[in-house]
Amino acid sequence: MIFTGGLIEAVHREAQLSDAWLPAGWDRDLRLAWRDLQGAARRWPLVVHLSWHDIRQRYRRSTLGPIWLTISVAVQIGALGFVYGGLFKSDLSTYLPHLAAGMTIWMMIAGMINEGCACFIAAEAYLKQAPLPKSMFPARIVLRCLITYAHDFVIVLVVLLIYLPPLGLQALLSIPGVALVALNGFWIGLLMGMLCTRFRDLPPIVASAMQVAFFITPVIWLPNALTGHAAMLLNFNPFALFMSLVRDPLVGVSVPLSTWLIAIAVTIGGSIGTFVMFARFRARITYWL
Amino acid sequence: MTEIELTDVDVHFPIYDARARSFKHHLLGFGGGGRIGATAAHHVVVRALNGISLSLAHGDRLGLVGRNGAGKSTLLRVMSGIYEPGAGRVRVVGRVAALTDLTMGMDMEGTGYENILIRGFMLGRTRRESLDRVGEIEAFTELGDYLNLPLRTYSQGMLLRLAFAISTSIEPEILILDEMIGAGDTRFADKATARLKRLTEAARIIVIASHSADTLRRVCNKAALLREGRLVAIGPVDEILGRYEKEG
Repeated sequence: MIFTGGLIEAVHREAQLSDAWLPAGWDRDLRLAWRDLQGAARRWPLVVHLSWHDIRQRYRRSTLGPIWLTISVAVQIGALGFVYGGLFKSDLSTYLPHLAAGMTIWMMIAGMINEGCACFIAAEAYLKQAPLPKSMFPARIVLRCLITYAHDFVIVLVVLLIYLPPLGLQALLSIPGVALVALNGFWIGLLMGMLCTRFRDLPPIVASAMQVAFFITPVIWLPNALTGHAAMLLNFNPFALFMSLVRDPLVGVSVPLSTWLIAIAVTIGGSIGTFVMFARFRARITYWL
Repeated sequence: MTEIELTDVDVHFPIYDARARSFKHHLLGFGGGGRIGATAAHHVVVRALNGISLSLAHGDRLGLVGRNGAGKSTLLRVMSGIYEPGAGRVRVVGRVAALTDLTMGMDMEGTGYENILIRGFMLGRTRRESLDRVGEIEAFTELGDYLNLPLRTYSQGMLLRLAFAISTSIEPEILILDEMIGAGDTRFADKATARLKRLTEAARIIVIASHSADTLRRVCNKAALLREGRLVAIGPVDEILGRYEKEG
């Protein structure tokens, strides 16, 4: 069976009706999971509202408003830049753009994963009161992180304007990079959201794993500082891979085609695997809350 | 054709203690062979609903009675699509409106007008459908210029009035109520009652869970008695209420 609460057009009702009588099993589960995704897409204004609401909540009634978030990130990057720039004896004009671009992207990726873990737990009040599509909630997290990234991107622009020659057209390649990050953020949020709702000790484990990932990903250090086996291992770090998709076009480094292809393969594989998991456990999420 | 049909519906809630909630525990358990099975077998399961079968057709007004924890709210949530049953089938044909939590999803920082849209989205309305209702909600709430102010400036009564107006601004075919709702000060209460009366008269099927025999006699034409997740009896309101009162 399936429902969509509230007032839904007759067409949809007919479609659901035929599904409702399918025998229980994979065919039905997959259809209903797909229907859930469609329902979330149809409710995009609600997803947008929830994301903006989350952002507004953070700078609610503060005088500086949205600028406040950006300033705190700018201070962080500035401080790190001067300390680590000196420590690694790198030229500020290459180090600071690398750090500013990398740090903001990292915060987006880490945000999608860490907050994605709690996407259903945080939506308990909604999920227990209304038959809303479940996939709305990981989408909300992704959108929220994208909005935050757009705020932080101002810093990146300023740093790039100061230190680098004007951005070329190739900088636009980071847009499909962000799109791939967002798509992956969505399936990871959906998958981790389900797992973390069932296993409540997972979010802290994920948070510590992300902490480790931060140090082994070239965010505060330059990838060319690594040599030998360590440099080889970097090729197997998915975070480094996705980060370079967005960062490299911005700082004027070209991204090899193979990197794009691997990223696309990860996106497709992850999405399919998660979709199957979602079909299997979608109906259980409300019970686990 | 509006109908609700439940066949052998089971809703079982697994109760996970800290151990069962733990990923670490499950991971380490793989080494221990049979121990996982043993742990799994010891999960506490609350059987909230057990083999519920009933069917409702156009004109039915069903009242659910039973003690706290008998499964009334769970049954309402199954009918409104929040819980998908672990076993059995549910078929609901018709536009459903579940008026359980009127203020869910309202944004205290948003204005009254914004909240008409937000709540509308929660209820499954499109932007257009919500905008079409604005005039009617303005007239009913009598909030005037307050609708341009954020909800945090509203009094409790005003907030409830708006929430009530938005949630009841519908023409549902199936109306699901957990206890009879009402709103506001005495003058407003009359208006609210009149509005609810219109709503309940227009709905083709109503399911209401209530502890008030008075409400059930007024609204319903049949009643169902639930006990420990089972449907004990279904029939005329007076008969079922009599049986419920006798059992205490």
